[in-house]
Amino acid sequence: MTDKVLTRIAVNGVVYERWIEPRQHLVDYLRDELGFKGTRAGCEHGVCGACAVRINGETVRGCLTLAVQADGAAVETIEGISDSGAISDLQHAFLQHNALQCGFCTAGMLLSADDLLKAEPGANREQIRAHMSGNYCRCSGYHAIVDAIETTRDSRRLAARSGEST
Amino acid sequence: MKAPQFDYVRVTSVADAAAQLRQHGDDARLLAGGQTLLATLNMRLSQPKVLLDITGIKELHGISVQHGYLRLGAMVRHVEIERSATVAKYVPLLTQAAPHLAHAAIRNRGTIGGSLALADPSAEWPACTLAADGELVLSDGSKERRVMAGDFFIDLYQTDLRPGELVTAVEFPLPGPQRRFAFAELARRHGDYAIVGIAIAADVVGGVLDEMRIVFLGVGNTPMRALGAETALNGTRGELAQVGEAVGSLEEDIAPSNDLYTSAETKSHLAGVLLQRAVKLLLNQGEPS
Amino acid sequence: MNDLVELHVSADAAASLRHVGQSIARPTAKRLTEGRGVYMDDIELPRMAHAVYLRSPHAHARIVSIETAAALSMPGVIAIVDGAQMAQVCAPFVGTLLHMVGMRSPPQHAIAINRACWQGEAILAVVAESRAMAEDAVEAVTVVWEQLAVVANMETALAPETPVIHPEFDSNLCFHRELDTGGVDAAFAAADTVVEETYFFGRHTGVTVEPRSVLADFNPAERRLTVHHSTQAPHMMADLYSRQFGLPEADVRVICRDVGGSFGIKVHAYPDDFATVGLSILLKRPVKFVADRLESFVTDIHAREHRIKARLALARDGRILAFDIDDLTGIGPYSMFPRTSVVEGNQVVNLTGGPYKHTEYRAKLDVVFQNKVPTCQYRGVGHPIACAVTEGIIDLAASRMDIDPLELRRRNVMEDDSYPRKGAAGILLERLSHQQCLDKLEAMMDYSALRSEQAELRKKGIYRGIGFSVLIELTNPSAAFYGIGGARISAQEGATVRLDATGMVHCAVGVGEQGQGNETIFAQIAADEVGLPLASVRIVTGDTAATPYGGGTWASRGAGIGGEAVLLASRELRANILALAAVHLKRDAGELMVADGKVWDRATQGPLIDFAELARIACFRPDLLPRDFQPELVVTRHYSQRDFPFVFTNGTQASYVEVDTETGFVKLLRHWAVEDCGRVINPMLVNEQIRGAVVQGIGGAMFEECLYDENGLLRNGSMADYLVPMSSEMPDIEVAHVETFTRTSELGAKGAGEAGTAGAPAAVMNAINDALAPFVARVTSQPFTPEKILRALDKIHV
Repeated sequence: MTDKVLTRIAVNGVVYERWIEPRQHLVDYLRDELGFKGTRAGCEHGVCGACAVRINGETVRGCLTLAVQADGAAVETIEGISDSGAISDLQHAFLQHNALQCGFCTAGMLLSADDLLKAEPGANREQIRAHMSGNYCRCSGYHAIVDAIETTRDSRRLAARSGEST
Repeated sequence: MKAPQFDYVRVTSVADAAAQLRQHGDDARLLAGGQTLLATLNMRLSQPKVLLDITGIKELHGISVQHGYLRLGAMVRHVEIERSATVAKYVPLLTQAAPHLAHAAIRNRGTIGGSLALADPSAEWPACTLAADGELVLSDGSKERRVMAGDFFIDLYQTDLRPGELVTAVEFPLPGPQRRFAFAELARRHGDYAIVGIAIAADVVGGVLDEMRIVFLGVGNTPMRALGAETALNGTRGELAQVGEAVGSLEEDIAPSNDLYTSAETKSHLAGVLLQRAVKLLLNQGEPS
Repeated sequence: MNDLVELHVSADAAASLRHVGQSIARPTAKRLTEGRGVYMDDIELPRMAHAVYLRSPHAHARIVSIETAAALSMPGVIAIVDGAQMAQVCAPFVGTLLHMVGMRSPPQHAIAINRACWQGEAILAVVAESRAMAEDAVEAVTVVWEQLAVVANMETALAPETPVIHPEFDSNLCFHRELDTGGVDAAFAAADTVVEETYFFGRHTGVTVEPRSVLADFNPAERRLTVHHSTQAPHMMADLYSRQFGLPEADVRVICRDVGGSFGIKVHAYPDDFATVGLSILLKRPVKFVADRLESFVTDIHAREHRIKARLALARDGRILAFDIDDLTGIGPYSMFPRTSVVEGNQVVNLTGGPYKHTEYRAKLDVVFQNKVPTCQYRGVGHPIACAVTEGIIDLAASRMDIDPLELRRRNVMEDDSYPRKGAAGILLERLSHQQCLDKLEAMMDYSALRSEQAELRKKGIYRGIGFSVLIELTNPSAAFYGIGGARISAQEGATVRLDATGMVHCAVGVGEQGQGNETIFAQIAADEVGLPLASVRIVTGDTAATPYGGGTWASRGAGIGGEAVLLASRELRANILALAAVHLKRDAGELMVADGKVWDRATQGPLIDFAELARIACFRPDLLPRDFQPELVVTRHYSQRDFPFVFTNGTQASYVEVDTETGFVKLLRHWAVEDCGRVINPMLVNEQIRGAVVQGIGGAMFEECLYDENGLLRNGSMADYLVPMSSEMPDIEVAHVETFTRTSELGAKGAGEAGTAGAPAAVMNAINDALAPFVARVTSQPFTPEKILRALDKIHV
């Protein structure tokens, strides 16, 4: 048996102190230990993107991160990010365009899309497709997802401009 | 697929890491970005007894220019390279290649040290490091040594790293104002490991190529330098005939093998196509001011 | 677009507000954007244990011995169960259907006994406190194998020198079928043009993002079984669990909540499902099994491994005279239970040539066993293959005869006013709209402009291609599909609609939701047919204890059959509400009307009473009603489609591609689909179904293949090596609709879930070959990899 490691991880703003088995990846820790079921495992080898979480503001593959590596860090899951309202425009656009069907990939899509629009507020369709290519969706065929991100891009740019003019 | 059990140790210095490596030998793995290692462990393809987490070692971090070199600490993440104005200014080859490395979430964790130490012949950084005359800085905790990229990559997943050593940094000599770089790869899907890729560097003065470095990824057990192609193109304007000669010489310098989807013959063919396109890319860049 | 303006000014105005036909956003999708979906793995039960299956690493091997002592003593291990022990609680099963005459398959066990027949077949179950602990224990089990001869090449599966997998059979043949209209040879003899081509289709699989998941909870005190299951057919599973384990079906409940993708993968009954239930029964506690991704690749059903030799005979004017095909398909070592592994090939026979007027057709089908993962129905089921063969050889003929491919199709499709009619395969067609769809497609894509662009770019050495496909697609199945074959798979559907004590309507339906939007369209139908706002409707699906008996989601039946049941039940409820109002208001029912959650006076157009008040009276004040009147505010109605074996839809697609002739890479520039699925209940949801289905078809055409070696071992069973379509390489997909309502139901809706997949590979293949036309090069083997394209172009000679 290996030794568990004492860790303190802030998840969605609440600090949890737990003894964690080193081999447990962050997704399993969040789901099984803390009950944050919104983060999902689709492949456990870092390809499908369904496991997206944020560590210190950066989106990572939760399945390729050991929970113990997040010691001292601030982790945000879809639940926390959603509740904060930070992606409400994206969520609304996804609903209006039906950019989700079964929903299993959606958390990862939203986090990735949000990252893209923050880094490239003027991303065009091709750039959107390139950035989102790290998230697998089997239901949508991606077209509606790109549409939803474009809609959000436009509304955020509009908001930024009207913000500037006041 | 749940990883097998292992112990986890946070090492706080290079000396500590090296000592642990010597102590555990093959039973230990260094954990940097973990983007390859953790996938391997989840699939139980590897069963190390201990993981040594080196992410906290301060001296492994940072991008800096010092003593005529661009220095990237081993723990520098792909995303940092992608976004670095310093890298873009001095060794833009790395900036050109960065968007091809997997996807943003992977780039947020994966490190250049990890990539170079793994030495996957289909990865971007080993080929780019070779094409930009990079030097690996290795340490055993007490002594540091430098190895040229060409001497570092020895065979499939085999480098010149000795037991008890780790990569602490990679350094690139600052190129002159006439130096240009180009990168291209062919992958079925954006972000996949490339089928074949090319990293080239050249001095371009008055439209004439010189001091070329032509390095391929995906056509051998290590990044493969096409010396014959370099010879064919050095001192020329990279016109059709010379490029054709360069392409013809490739079979001497590359050794692709069949994989699940692509035959060795196709890879050779694609290498030739990429060479033509990369030379054009290089020459089409404006003369640096 | 999505927020309907609610008018309250008059009864007629209120009644004119129809939800059906509107692109309404799914109310139940909001929680999925917030991380609040509940998928099977999210469910935890007290004392829940985790099952891991030890799977054969060999394609065919006898189990000599299994040593489990070391594993049993490992931390957290609860039990280890082998095939013989499992067989004491779980009956074997056989995947055959009576109407597939002559098909055979041997009995199969939930956990293999004595012999494993495919790499991935489970031979042992290890149950532990956590998945990780169970996996640790699996590593400590020692199995001694005796490897047996492997059948991994369908082309030689029937050769006399090839070993027969099942000693009780005389060969590896599972099913053989022939269809012959009798005049094919004469038609070919009389033809002006005969073209021949052989098409290959790579075996591939569904790759749902949520893997297969089941949580079995057996309560020994009451001998009641509850199974939480990510599935498309909860009632079918309840029936199967009851019979496999000898439990009354009344004591079996299957609960299905959110499903993370299914596409047919989750409509089948897997040995793992039965084994997990058996473990719960044996261990008397809940047992959870979630397939991980690596085991998904070697256990989820595979599909579409075919080689088809095709010939086409045409007259000088381009009229098709006859099709002749020879289809060989390689399945697994067992026909999948209960839907069988022969349906796909059977549909290739039924559907090849489908849209066209010819009367002569011959088809031969051989379905052969192999030591590979078992195959079964996966989105499209035979349609993508039949369509690719049909449309591919028609394009070959077009190029050979120098007739425009769109024109050649126009000359041969069944005319829109010629129905009902039968196709050459004997398929009865109610009413299709090929001509209308082709016209719409041509306009939508601006075909002539694309041809001009293609010509211009060819001069510059840029090779673009345009490819078409025309398809027919079976939907709204009758009992012809499974019932007549002896399978207890329901062709009917039921819906229960009730008005609750506050005036809201609840609708429980046997068809479930996997993301396509069934719950939304049922709500739209109920809102219209009962007569109340959409926001006042609640839908219940997925729980066999709470929904009427139904068939679930498959063969694109959700909208057409489930929707019709909802419509019929809703209309009855409306009538009952009206009757209650008439009695209570002491008015004639004919003077009243229902709309917007109220009952109105037809003449004055003013509202009289709302549903909440009517419900209050019915529930709490029956004393106010006449002694002889009992309000009935719950209605159940069923519907089965009994006019045709299937209600066919039709559509047409086009693909525009650019082939890099130096690298063999194909860029998918654009894709168009015109779809006639009858009445469109929610255009946005149908569009998205089409788009997702098209991309799934593109996956098979361009990227996906389960690559096996000669030892029957899967070489690319991970997400890194098995290539699914990702966003960068996919085109924008434009969708348009034609609506030819079916007269088999009040609703008039047909299915739309699979047509995209049916037509996409054909369109893409034809586009690639059109791009390659100047080089006299063709590709006919899916997936179309750069390797294959370069070989066709003679750039490499391997």
